[in-house]
Amino acid sequence: MSLIRKTAAELGAMIAGGEVTAAEVAEAHLDRMTEVEPKVQAFLHVDRETTLEQARAIDARLKAGEKLGPLAGVPIAHKDIFATRDMPTTAASKILEGWRPPYDATVTARLREAGLVILGKTNLDEFAMGSSTENSAFGPTHNPWDLTKVPGGSSGGSSAAVAAYEAPLSTGTDTGGSIRQPAAVTGIVGMKPTYGGSSRYGLIAFASSLDTPGPFARNVLDAALLHEAFSGHDPMDSTSIDAAVPSVVEAAKNPDIAGMRIGVVKEFGGEGYQPGVLARYHEAVQLLESLGAKVVEVSCPSFTTALPAYYLIAPSEASSNLARFDAMRYGLRVGDDGTRSAEEVMALTRAAGFGPEVKRRIMLGTYALSSGYYDAYYGQAQKVRTVISREFEAAFQQVDVLVSPTTPTTAFSIGERTDDPMAMYLADLCTIPSNLAGNAAMSVPCGLADEDGLPVGLQIMAPVLADDRCYRVGAAVEQALESRWGGPLLKEAPSL
Amino acid sequence: MSAITRDEVAHLARLSRLALTDDELDHYATQLDAIIESVAKVAEVAAEDVPPSSHALPLTNVFRADEVRPCLTPEQALSGAPAVEDDRFRVPRILGEEA
Repeated sequence: MSLIRKTAAELGAMIAGGEVTAAEVAEAHLDRMTEVEPKVQAFLHVDRETTLEQARAIDARLKAGEKLGPLAGVPIAHKDIFATRDMPTTAASKILEGWRPPYDATVTARLREAGLVILGKTNLDEFAMGSSTENSAFGPTHNPWDLTKVPGGSSGGSSAAVAAYEAPLSTGTDTGGSIRQPAAVTGIVGMKPTYGGSSRYGLIAFASSLDTPGPFARNVLDAALLHEAFSGHDPMDSTSIDAAVPSVVEAAKNPDIAGMRIGVVKEFGGEGYQPGVLARYHEAVQLLESLGAKVVEVSCPSFTTALPAYYLIAPSEASSNLARFDAMRYGLRVGDDGTRSAEEVMALTRAAGFGPEVKRRIMLGTYALSSGYYDAYYGQAQKVRTVISREFEAAFQQVDVLVSPTTPTTAFSIGERTDDPMAMYLADLCTIPSNLAGNAAMSVPCGLADEDGLPVGLQIMAPVLADDRCYRVGAAVEQALESRWGGPLLKEAPSL
Repeated sequence: MSAITRDEVAHLARLSRLALTDDELDHYATQLDAIIESVAKVAEVAAEDVPPSSHALPLTNVFRADEVRPCLTPEQALSGAPAVEDDRFRVPRILGEEA
């Protein structure tokens, strides 16, 4: 089997055992990128020589007898929202085009230390605002299952790169579903860790109380290995949790769910959901039951209000966070002809540098925070956030994990929802509650929808710092379904 | 009745430091109106007695020791600046009168 089809765990073991070099593995993936990137367009930045240099350095360290982690030498693609000191970091925005950060994000730095080799930076919706990667200032990414479809978003470059075998692993960020939704629609595994479990330092901020870095992989164990490699307390992030990383790798290796209590969220999965999504979802729930789990229905009535609350909270935080793009210290500057004031230059730069969705959200957030509207909008949304957290707490008194479809539909067509922001926002209906409450949540593939043959994701939600439960249940689902399918879901994807 | 008028959108654009064109203002007025109408559903949750959450974690006052630590050099800090002069960020005039 070619190197690009291997799992990250297999590649790590082969490199450690001297069967193959990190440079050979990197080269195989770089060649795959040369072959399929014209179609998929998952990457914003690739630099073959820098990648191979990193790989050769890892090979030298291993040859010298250094003991490195299980992913040493394994290639990875980073969402272009993580600061990388040797590569541009743009958040897919013209306002940061060509910017090179003077430092690494904690996630980037920790993965370098663990010996992972960076293949490049992946496309995203500008500043992670979107559900399709169409809001990138540098053009859309295409879903490897059907090039006319979106790869989800905002981390759509990262999901497409892994689904297209351009990278065995990638990083993403999940603010309202931006890891889980792209994972679901490209047939791979995506995990949003507990908020504060992975560091935000060096991550270009969108909505700071929600932004959570997390892993993408083609299987649950690989996701767990990556999760473990970058997680844990970081003094550089004041909202980082000072606690042990949940034992996610161990959970992924022990997919025993007999006796586990699993709650089906009553409010997710009725009207407005695609029939093929619901069919696969209901089968997955039956599968969990057949594996010995105790399945009960749980009602969380306020979850349906999570979407409007999120579209007040996230834009409010964004309107404040994005004030830093002021044309003074880094990034684009437009109209500085010696006659204009700083304020005029700032307004011209921001108008030229931000795309439509970013402008829309900055203005929406500014509105929600305005005096006279604050109580009705931002204040009320914060109260709804409390109510949703309480409903999660009550649910987790009764069950160990909750499940739902990850997203109401399979991948939609490029261009289909770009003129209708509210239709686009619906893609995150089921994922948003876990961002508001900060708990762990994963998407694992659970089959293809009958009507379009596109992947469907099962969402598994666990309490704060019980990320391991997502991996246990995810691994159980994966093991049972792969034995039914005779291999991973991705083997059904068309060759590119 | 619309939730937001075009004049209000123009005001928001000014507050947000976005120099928008007339066409953009028309476009955003329509879209923001639809979005605001939709997000107003948050009012349906009875939450009068519920405290607001700004954050998912019960974290307060995270401090670190006040010690000198390594940081960026001036060259690094200025490396992405649009304009630099004498080891400082060079900016357009910030006061109304002639400089």
